[in-house]
Amino acid sequence: MYVYDHIDQRLVDERVAQYRDQTRRFLAGELTDEDFKPLRLQNGLYLQRHAPMLRVAIPYGELASRQLRALAHIARTYDRGYGHFSTRQNLQFNWPRLEDVPDILAELATVQMHAIQTSGNCIRNITTDHYAGTAPDEIVDPRVYCEILREWSTFHPEFAYLPRKFKIAVNGARADRAATRFHDIGLHAVRAADGSVGFRVLVGGGMGRTPLLAPVIREFLPWQHFLTYMEAILRVYNRYGRRDNLYRARIKILVKERTPERFREEVEAEWEHMKDGPATLTREEVERVAQRFTRPDYEPLSAGDTGFERRRQTHRAFARWVERNVAAHRVPGYAAVTLTLKTTGVPPGDATAEQMDAVADLADRYGFGELRVTHEQNLLLPDVRRSDLFALWERARELGFATPNLGLLTNIISCPGGDFCSLANAKSIPVAEAIQRRFDDLDYLHDIGELDLNISGCMNSCGHHHAGHIGILGVDKQGAEFYQISIGGNQGNDASIGKVIGPSVAQDEVPGVIEKLIETYIALRDSEHERFVDTVRRVGLEPFKEAVYDDAHQDAAGRTRQLAVA
Amino acid sequence: MTTLIRMRQVVQDNWRLLDPAADGALPPVPREDGDVIVPLALWRREREKLVARNGRLGVRLDAHEGPEEIADDIARFEVIAVHFPKFTDGRGYSTARLLRDRYGYKGELRAIGDVQRDQLLYLSRCGFDAFALKEGRDAEAALGAFSDFSEAYQSSVERPLPLFRRRFTNAPEGMEWS
Repeated sequence: MYVYDHIDQRLVDERVAQYRDQTRRFLAGELTDEDFKPLRLQNGLYLQRHAPMLRVAIPYGELASRQLRALAHIARTYDRGYGHFSTRQNLQFNWPRLEDVPDILAELATVQMHAIQTSGNCIRNITTDHYAGTAPDEIVDPRVYCEILREWSTFHPEFAYLPRKFKIAVNGARADRAATRFHDIGLHAVRAADGSVGFRVLVGGGMGRTPLLAPVIREFLPWQHFLTYMEAILRVYNRYGRRDNLYRARIKILVKERTPERFREEVEAEWEHMKDGPATLTREEVERVAQRFTRPDYEPLSAGDTGFERRRQTHRAFARWVERNVAAHRVPGYAAVTLTLKTTGVPPGDATAEQMDAVADLADRYGFGELRVTHEQNLLLPDVRRSDLFALWERARELGFATPNLGLLTNIISCPGGDFCSLANAKSIPVAEAIQRRFDDLDYLHDIGELDLNISGCMNSCGHHHAGHIGILGVDKQGAEFYQISIGGNQGNDASIGKVIGPSVAQDEVPGVIEKLIETYIALRDSEHERFVDTVRRVGLEPFKEAVYDDAHQDAAGRTRQLAVA
Repeated sequence: MTTLIRMRQVVQDNWRLLDPAADGALPPVPREDGDVIVPLALWRREREKLVARNGRLGVRLDAHEGPEEIADDIARFEVIAVHFPKFTDGRGYSTARLLRDRYGYKGELRAIGDVQRDQLLYLSRCGFDAFALKEGRDAEAALGAFSDFSEAYQSSVERPLPLFRRRFTNAPEGMEWS
């Protein structure tokens, strides 16, 4: 965990005072709706369908148990006793009162938290790999650079009124687990031949109505130039990004319209002026930031644990959970454990205050009081002793966090959708639930294997449907809610954007369509090792289209499923 | 006479600001003497006449007009006024930084248009030192905005060294946190 120093704390406290005064002036009629709107948005406050929504920043997804308890306290005191973990590694409260928000922010500040720049046309919360610091394939701990970026972007005076929102992701490992190709800027740590650290810089990716994979703008940016290069990119965007059309205002459109080559030339020309200037990073600063992170006090343990292995062999449900929800750790004897917030019947990412307290207790008991929020809307305990896994599993199961579905179809990523969000065309949570109910057979689920299913209630793509192996998008068809299905999207090193299979379908048809897609995949995969997305890539869209839209195939597909289950 | 915040004080201002008409038509060069801020297009068209006038000269840049457009003439202007059509249009912030950091402009840099209290601090960090608030806004009350924050992480026009460099100059042994 990064621990604030007195300056970090003072700035957050001053922000609370500033926003308290802005709220006072708004309520007194001194600020109009229009003038107040960008101010409240830059403090995370939306005015939503039912009530305001407050988005709290969880910088790069890292959370201390005491912070989670504070969030639980806020949920109980100011909200309806729950919160929603979003795909941006943030937490959203859906029912706070506008008048209470300054008090909520003051409570957050007491535990080194805030809602700064969680919305608005500014640089948003920086996201990263939730396995940061624990992953065996890590090149650099990305959190140090995330924190450097957090400080740099917080109250950046030049970039508070950009053409549109701006999202940066940093990945420090060999595998891309931060979806860097889908961000406005993606930074991928690389080590040069001489061992020095740098970043591959990708600019102009994104989802929304124009999904694009970010092209590489620079293959290797030495770490010293990390901030000046960001300034150059942001300045070119701030000056030339489109402001005439909300839907053409993201940086991806600028990069596309100018071509990546020309955009690169402009950035490099701008950077020439800033390079080696005062914002050039120093070794001391990187070390200072690194030292402000608390580090787990790992015990020297052996990698093998006989008790753990025995349990795994004798206890099938435990073994399945370990297989799905437990990840390898760079420190022998430890593991990173995902607590899934994807129980059927509960909106993906939702957690009650009691659950938050319970998870905080687990983090204290089985870890070092530290947690991560994943962009798949789960919570992660990063440093669990392997010998504690069985006890943790039993406790997590009682609490409902041990659904062994990480990476499987029912680990659905979903935005809050039309039930909560005023932007949505359609509901997403009931769709997620209907699919989870349809695929409630764990054996079948495991047989299907790795599958990301993502749902967005509208083109804003908060549910990352473009990056789902199966993506579902809510659309409005003459006032009725319909769903467009795409397949073949993927995040990670071989990222791709899903392709739409055909006309959209009604809400009650969605689970049936998903079933047909799965049946087609099972029938076509070359072995159980070929993932859904790989089959789609190999055979193309046609067989899937036929299965879904050609009624004549229905019976045959039904039989395939029977066979697959048998 | 208009009310202006200049160097963090409320003052009365004698400069005359010439705006282009709504249809883009340019105003004529004023016959009478006095300090005047003219649209960039008028400067381009009537440069000789404007230079020959009695009175100081300023130029008005619209949000889409960058500092490159006046790069060779910067020394001629005592005021550069950057227009904000809406306060959410942030292009003027980059214009200001470039004028100060890259083109070395030392004269008055004035924010005009939709300029309000809650943007003053960031504007001043980007190099603006004069602010003509939007009609009806209380300039005295707005002065409080300059002290909303006592520190900043980034390099800015006001303070080119970012916090991380000052931390170490201030405390040579290294860390200054408690």
